[in-house]
Amino acid sequence: MRSPGHAGRLDALAEPISAVVAFTRDSLAVVEVELRKLTRDPTEVFTRSVQPVLWLLVFGQVFGRARAIPTGPMRYLDFMTPGILAQSVLFTSIFYGIAIIWERDLGILQKLLVTPAYRGALVFGKATSAGVRGIAQTVIIYAVALALGIHLRFGARILGVLVAVVLGSAVFSTFSLVVACIVKTRERFMGIGQVLTMPLFFASNAIYPIDMMPSWLKVVARGNPLTYLVDALRSLMIEGGQSVFGLGIDLAVQLGALVVLVLVAARIYPTVAR
Amino acid sequence: MTQEEIPAIEVSSLSRSFGDLVAVDRLDLTVAKGVFFGLLGSNGAGKSTTIKMLTTLLPPTSGSARVVGFDVVGQARQVRRRIGYVPQMLSADAGLTGGENLMLLAKLYEVPRAERSARTADALAFMGLTDVGGRLVKTYSGGMIRRLEIAQALLHRPVVVFLDEPTVGLDPVAKHAVWDKLRELRSHVGTTVLLSTHDMEEADALCERIAIMHQGRVVGLGSPAELKVAVGADATMDDVFVHFTGGAVGEGGTYREVARTRRTARRLG
Repeated sequence: MRSPGHAGRLDALAEPISAVVAFTRDSLAVVEVELRKLTRDPTEVFTRSVQPVLWLLVFGQVFGRARAIPTGPMRYLDFMTPGILAQSVLFTSIFYGIAIIWERDLGILQKLLVTPAYRGALVFGKATSAGVRGIAQTVIIYAVALALGIHLRFGARILGVLVAVVLGSAVFSTFSLVVACIVKTRERFMGIGQVLTMPLFFASNAIYPIDMMPSWLKVVARGNPLTYLVDALRSLMIEGGQSVFGLGIDLAVQLGALVVLVLVAARIYPTVAR
Repeated sequence: MTQEEIPAIEVSSLSRSFGDLVAVDRLDLTVAKGVFFGLLGSNGAGKSTTIKMLTTLLPPTSGSARVVGFDVVGQARQVRRRIGYVPQMLSADAGLTGGENLMLLAKLYEVPRAERSARTADALAFMGLTDVGGRLVKTYSGGMIRRLEIAQALLHRPVVVFLDEPTVGLDPVAKHAVWDKLRELRSHVGTTVLLSTHDMEEADALCERIAIMHQGRVVGLGSPAELKVAVGADATMDDVFVHFTGGAVGEGGTYREVARTRRTARRLG
C-alpha cells in the first residue's frame, strides 16, 4: 500500500485538474464550431466593418477639422481611432446574444444543455469566439487607419491590442448573452440591444475625453467597461497615447467584468431552454 | 438493489406548473431497462414537459424523478452522461457538416479522443449517412437531419435515449426510414428508448409499452395489445386513445408549442 498522505494529495489534485481539462475541451469545442461557421460565411465580418469605417472617414475627418474637442497634443483622428475600434467591438458583440435565442428556437441549445458539458464552458466558448470576431474587426480598422495616416504603434504592443480586443469582445458578448437569457425573445432583445449600445458608447471616452464631460457623466463613464477598453487601446495603439487609469487597471477591470459575467451567464443560461 | 434491478426511469408524483397552468400533474411512471416506451398524447398533454424534466432541462415544481438511479435535480451531470436526447425541433446545426455535428457532441459527451473518429464514422454508417457526412446539414432532407440527430444522441452509448416527437412533420417515406433505424436500435440490447408521439400508428409500430397522457397525467398504461384488449375486440390504437382521453382531441397546446411544431414542419419543407 502506498502512503495514504501522498496518494490522498494526488487524488485531491486529480479532480480539479480533470475539471480544468474538461472545461477547456468543452470551450474549445464551442470555439471550433463558431470559427468554422464564421469562415464559411464571413459576410458578417464585412458588414460589421462598414459602420466603424464610416465613423473614421466621415465623423473623424469633419471633427478633426473643427478642432472642437480638446485632445492635447494628439490629433483628433488619432484620438478617436482606438475609440472606434472599441465601438466596433461593442457593436459586434452586443448583438451576439441573439444567437442564443436563435439556437434555443432551433433546439441546438437544448441539445448542448443535455450533454454533461460545463455550462460555464459553453458560455466561455461563445465569449472566446466573439473575441475572434473582434480580431477580424481590428485587422480591418488597422487597414483603414493606415490608409488615413493615423500614427499607429507597431511591435509587441499589437499583442496587447489583441488581448484587449479579445477581452472586450468577451465582456460585451457575455453581457449580451445575459441580456438574451433574461428577455428570451428576439423582438425584445433587438429593442434592448438598440437601447443599450448608444448609451454605452456615448457614456465613454471613445470619441471625447472624460475631462470634458459634465460631472454626472464622468461618474457613469468611470463605471463603463468600454471606457477601460478605450483607455487601454489608446495607449497601446497610438504614438504618444497614454493611459489615464493605467494599463493594469484597464485590463483588470475587463477581466473582472468577464469573470463575473461568465459566472452569471452560466447560471441563467439553462433557463433559456425552459 | 443490483445494477439490473435499477429501472431506467423512475418518476414519483412529478409535477410542473407554468403559472396557473399545470403541465404535468403528479405523474408516476416506471420504465424498465431495455424497453421501448411511448408517451402518447395530444399537443399540450404534458409529454414534452415530462421529457424536459427527465433530461434535466427543466426543474420540476414538485415530486422527483430518477434516471438510471440518479436524481434529475441533485445528480444532473450523472444523468446527462447516461442519456441521449433528440429534441422536437430539428436541432442539428445547419451551418456545419454532418460529421462536424457529430464531432461536437462526441467532445461534449466526453467520448475519449482516440475513439471520436471511429464512433463518428460508426454513427454515420449506422444511420446510412456515410456518403453525406462531409456535406453541410443545410443541404440535408428532413429525414436525413432526423437520422443525424439520432446518431448524435447515440454517440456516447447512452443507457436511455429520449426522442421528442421524432417523426413530426416527416413525409411517409422519411418517417418509415426513421422507424427502421429505431427498430434496429431496439434490437440493440440494453438501450432504453422513451419517445413521445401523438401518432397512434407510430406508438403501435414501435413501442413495447405505452403510457397515454392526458392533461398532465397518465390515463392508460400497457402494451399496445393490452390496451386494445382493454377497450374491446377489434379496437385500434385510435379507439384506445379516444377511450382513455374521453374523446378530447385537446385544446391544441399552447401558442408556443404550436408555433414550434409549425416551425419544425417549415424547416422540413
